[in-house]
Amino acid sequence: MNFREYKIGARMFGFALGGSMCITLFLPSFDFRSAVSTETALDKQLTAGWETGWNVYDPLMLGHNKPLKVLVKTDPKSGQPLAEATYAYVYNVGTPLPNGIDHPDNLGESVEKLSETKGQIGQKTANGTVYLIKHEGNVPYIENATATMGWTPDMVMKGASDSDISHAGAGKTLFVREGCWWCHTLLPEQTQDWQVFGAPPMLGDFNGESPTAFGSDRKAPDLLHVGSRNSSREWMMLHFFNPRLVQPHSIMPRFDYLWGKVDANGQKIDYAKWRTEYDEYHAGKRIDPPDVPMYAKNSEIRDLIDFMLSLK
Amino acid sequence: MLKYLFAKNEDIPAGSAAVYWGFSAIVWFVIGTGLGSFNAAKLAFPDFVTGSEFFAFGHMRQVHVHAVIFGWISMAFGMAMMYITPALGNTRLWSEKLGVWNAFLWNVGLSLGLTLLWAGLTSGREYSDFIWPIDLFIAVFMALPLAINVWMTILTRRTQGIYTTNWFFAAATFMVIIVFLTGNLPEFFHLTGLTEAYLTWWFAHNVLGLWITPVAAAIAYYTIPKVTGNPLYSHRIGHLHFWSVVVFYSTPAAHHLMSAPLPEWLKSFASVEGVLILVPAIAFVSNILLTMQGKWNMFVENLEIRFTVTGVLLAIPLNMQGGFQQTRAINWYIHGTGWIVAHAHLALLGFSTFLEAAAVYLGLQSLMKRKLYSLTLGNMHFWLLLIGFSIYWISMTIAGLIQGAGKIYEVPYIDVVIAEHPYMIARWIGGTLVFISNIIWLYNMWMTARVGTIVPVGRMPHEMAYER
Ligand code: HEC
Ligand code: HEM
Repeated sequence: MNFREYKIGARMFGFALGGSMCITLFLPSFDFRSAVSTETALDKQLTAGWETGWNVYDPLMLGHNKPLKVLVKTDPKSGQPLAEATYAYVYNVGTPLPNGIDHPDNLGESVEKLSETKGQIGQKTANGTVYLIKHEGNVPYIENATATMGWTPDMVMKGASDSDISHAGAGKTLFVREGCWWCHTLLPEQTQDWQVFGAPPMLGDFNGESPTAFGSDRKAPDLLHVGSRNSSREWMMLHFFNPRLVQPHSIMPRFDYLWGKVDANGQKIDYAKWRTEYDEYHAGKRIDPPDVPMYAKNSEIRDLIDFMLSLK
Repeated sequence: MLKYLFAKNEDIPAGSAAVYWGFSAIVWFVIGTGLGSFNAAKLAFPDFVTGSEFFAFGHMRQVHVHAVIFGWISMAFGMAMMYITPALGNTRLWSEKLGVWNAFLWNVGLSLGLTLLWAGLTSGREYSDFIWPIDLFIAVFMALPLAINVWMTILTRRTQGIYTTNWFFAAATFMVIIVFLTGNLPEFFHLTGLTEAYLTWWFAHNVLGLWITPVAAAIAYYTIPKVTGNPLYSHRIGHLHFWSVVVFYSTPAAHHLMSAPLPEWLKSFASVEGVLILVPAIAFVSNILLTMQGKWNMFVENLEIRFTVTGVLLAIPLNMQGGFQQTRAINWYIHGTGWIVAHAHLALLGFSTFLEAAAVYLGLQSLMKRKLYSLTLGNMHFWLLLIGFSIYWISMTIAGLIQGAGKIYEVPYIDVVIAEHPYMIARWIGGTLVFISNIIWLYNMWMTARVGTIVPVGRMPHEMAYER
């Protein structure tokens, strides 16, 4: 039998789909590549590290293999007080580096150049690396403080007290894992959100971030600047354990399971008892709700609260 | 069914693969809508089930979405392809064995992916939430075998031309692989920043536009002429539909990110192309409705026609919404609100699901050569589905408008949450009706397989009267 072969149709199809992919993928890639990192972008990628979605370095998404963001008040090497306290991003041996260090061309031209020449980010260091954000004029860049000043992770960690250490990078992983972004956005809208949720992000604010987790479905306040609105750890702690403790009408789920097995004193947390007492309180049989246990320093909830407070 | 996995291809009765796909689809439909109903309950009553991360909203939402899209809808597509493609080529399915394996691997891959999502192991990218090893599995072991079977069946056809439905099947099975591989590039090669954000929505848009919408439409191009006996109203309009899908539907990805700092030209371009989606939409709806000429009595009397035409009619509000809500003039008001959730369910639970349900009804009856067990249960399925969906759509649209107003008048957020509460309860009730209707359907189809009246050789099930 004589088949119709659809030769013209097949070519037209290739042409149409190819044309569409050219316009929607190839052309925008030039715009994306020309985006130059802002200081926010540098801070975000140094804080969160390589990746906060699923990846082979953290296959169970427990927030492992993440950098620490440390407030440094004295020069870790000489011990002299610094003129101005500064944030250092500590990458221990084995912690995968953020995209901008591995692929500096993603930083955007001017930032890339400064980070490579003055910041020496290309230098290899054997015992982990400490990064800083510096400025030249108004261009921010990344500095490899281990290469330029000899600050090692050990020195920085030795001089820091626990309240100066932020686990925000691990916290971002939990933000993704726990699906906070199904209710909260990280993207104030350009048209009307300025007053309530703060400034919308700029073109260069995302270089190196993955996943961006904008969220498409907003059932709750935008969180991009939540740390500026509310910086109370105590409030966050109560709110995560049971949002109805501080906001009776909230539909946010309880995240009490992020406390883990034990509290700050190593005591086992008795969730069943807490829930019964809370139900009694809810039914009006108790005047006060039960106390929320203080979380342990290495608990998941600590990471998450650190991340919330880092969203300035 | 599993015994055919290791049988010789010649020994597998024709249609086995389609039946396997069809029943899997219905089971996923029950699971997926059950999860949907559970999620809806959590948004209405946040303390409904607490204390374990496995029942937290943030762990369950994406499981629902992927169970219905890749379980129910895509497996119903697979079923349709397994029996419609050969029927239209006047031939047998190229490989029945590959079809059975394909359905098996689909179930395995999906169960695995959903389990991981449930545990929270996600890429953090909406609609491409599966982690990249699963994405690769889907492209290679789920989508590719389906494409091969469809393409080989079309190439070995015994008709001269290719009918409209099969153009769509061939193009869509090819495009969905491209979309899977391209849309997940950020995960394979760790692309970051705006590139990642944009490709996320490029994937999401195209998986809906180049897979779900065209295949659903293609199914209607088969069911309506087949059951009514009328020829398709116009092949020319079918051409217009096909080409405008490829050209216009594949381009507006950026309209999902109208408030992100993407290049302005890209947003404007996307927004114009998005309105042009009305071209394929109008072509499709008019073509189908005109094919119904003279057979409108079947809209009342025949279950498959009723499902299909209802789905086609729902495509009208769907595309009107779709075309306009993504323009800047309207998007700023409803972006990120329940309006969009209502729209998503109008597309997937309204338009698309009704068309696939018809294909599964028709296909299972024809292949098993048994008349539907009970028309009464079929009618209950239809009406509960339609009423449940309508409650869902209306309540979420209202909730969305409230949220939009709250957003622009800068009402304290908690007041918006309080105002939405009644609509959250209504949505939960509506969705639960849908869930119940699907259990009825599963029972009805199971009974059809066991005790449905046997359809004599040479007759079609829709030619026989319903008995119960
Ligand atoms: C089911 C939807 C939902 C999920 C999931 C959810 N939230 Fe919320 N969240 C809300 C709602 C609603 C509010 C506003 C009412 C309130 O304060 O509780 C809120 C408020 C907040 C606030 C206070 C915001 C402000 O403006 O003061 C923070 C911080 C927060 N959520 C963080 C999180 C984090 C982190 C997660 C993930 C672990 C999360 N939420 C998951 C619904 C949700
Ligand atoms: C075939 C049927 C269905 C399909 C294809 C479907 C599809 C979807 C999709 C695509 C989303 C994501 C929406 C978005 O991001 O905007 C979603 C969310 C959701 N669906 Fe469904 N759905 C179906 C049935 C149901 C049913 C029966 C219910 C029961 C109430 C339900 C409840 C929900 C809920 C609660 C959400 C979350 C919405 C939110 O986050 O605000 N769905 N569904």
